[in-house]
Amino acid sequence: MNLRELCKLLEAKMHCCEELLEKEITYVCAGDLMSDILMFSEPNALLVTGLVNIQVIRTAEMLDISAVLFIRGKTPTDEMLELAKTKGIPLLTTDHTFYLSCGLLYEAGLKNAPMKTDKNELKY
Amino acid sequence: MEKGKKPVSKDIKHEYPIRGMDFVAAGEASSNIKHTLQLIGFAPAIIRRAAIAAYESEMNIVIHATEGTLKTTISPERIEIIAADTGPGIPDIELAMREGYSTAPDHIREMGFGAGMGLPNIKNVSDEFTLDSTFGKGTTLKVVIYNQ
Ligand SMILES: Nc1ncnc2c1ncn2[C@@H]1O[C@H](COP(=O)(O)OP(=O)(O)OP(=O)(O)O)[C@@H](O)[C@H]1O
Ligand SMILES: [Mg+2]
Repeated sequence: MNLRELCKLLEAKMHCCEELLEKEITYVCAGDLMSDILMFSEPNALLVTGLVNIQVIRTAEMLDISAVLFIRGKTPTDEMLELAKTKGIPLLTTDHTFYLSCGLLYEAGLKNAPMKTDKNELKY
Repeated sequence: MEKGKKPVSKDIKHEYPIRGMDFVAAGEASSNIKHTLQLIGFAPAIIRRAAIAAYESEMNIVIHATEGTLKTTISPERIEIIAADTGPGIPDIELAMREGYSTAPDHIREMGFGAGMGLPNIKNVSDEFTLDSTFGKGTTLKVVIYNQ
């Protein structure tokens, strides 16, 4: 699904990088602890999080995350928007809860981003 | 080349100072490293691994140490990252390497760090991993990622 469809599904608002509305999303990773997120090994995933600070954008940048969705009405700061714009990472917000957001995305067929185990295997 | 002159190394070397507890600048060094690797033209999967290693090491200096540096040596064959700081050091390296082990206080966890996954993550993405630390003195982490 692309970001336009994703916004519709989650009643989400896109705060920057509108030129990327057609960008396709296949995988999702979710969490509030950045090192948990940094274990995901699939690039071009959507990051769903309730954490709002500049390090979320840095984490997304390092992982080649396609877009970040903030849940439960949390909005990114101006500083975060500035950085996201320069890195070309769309920031989205929804009023839905964490659980409902993930549930809707799962139901719509988006896949769980795989993690790399210490044996270098992919765990889905 | 002039006679008698040593051949110049083709390695690209950079050094980035990192300040402890500076959460505004945190991540900038890793962002620069990532950008350099992109300019050189490494494959995205290699760049990603190096970026994760750099960022987790940088955040460890920001969160756990007073000050340090990130040094990179880049050649067509390998990317080397050395994260060195001047303390406080790690008393028990084996314990620090355990998934989920963290001494990060609550206010750090509220910022999204302190899962105790940083060092295991770095190990996972690297081909060579050497962690040396002297409690009271400082920590040096050397990571190498092969370009293959
Ligand atoms: N540079 C360092 N100086 C001193 N102690 C460190 C350093 N790096 C890591 N440690 C110690 O090792 C522990 C584990 O580090 P690790 O990076 O795995 O987890 P974390 O930094 O606590 O949390 P996370 O990386 O998941 O955000 C830390 O909590 C800290 O006690
Ligand atoms: Mg860490």
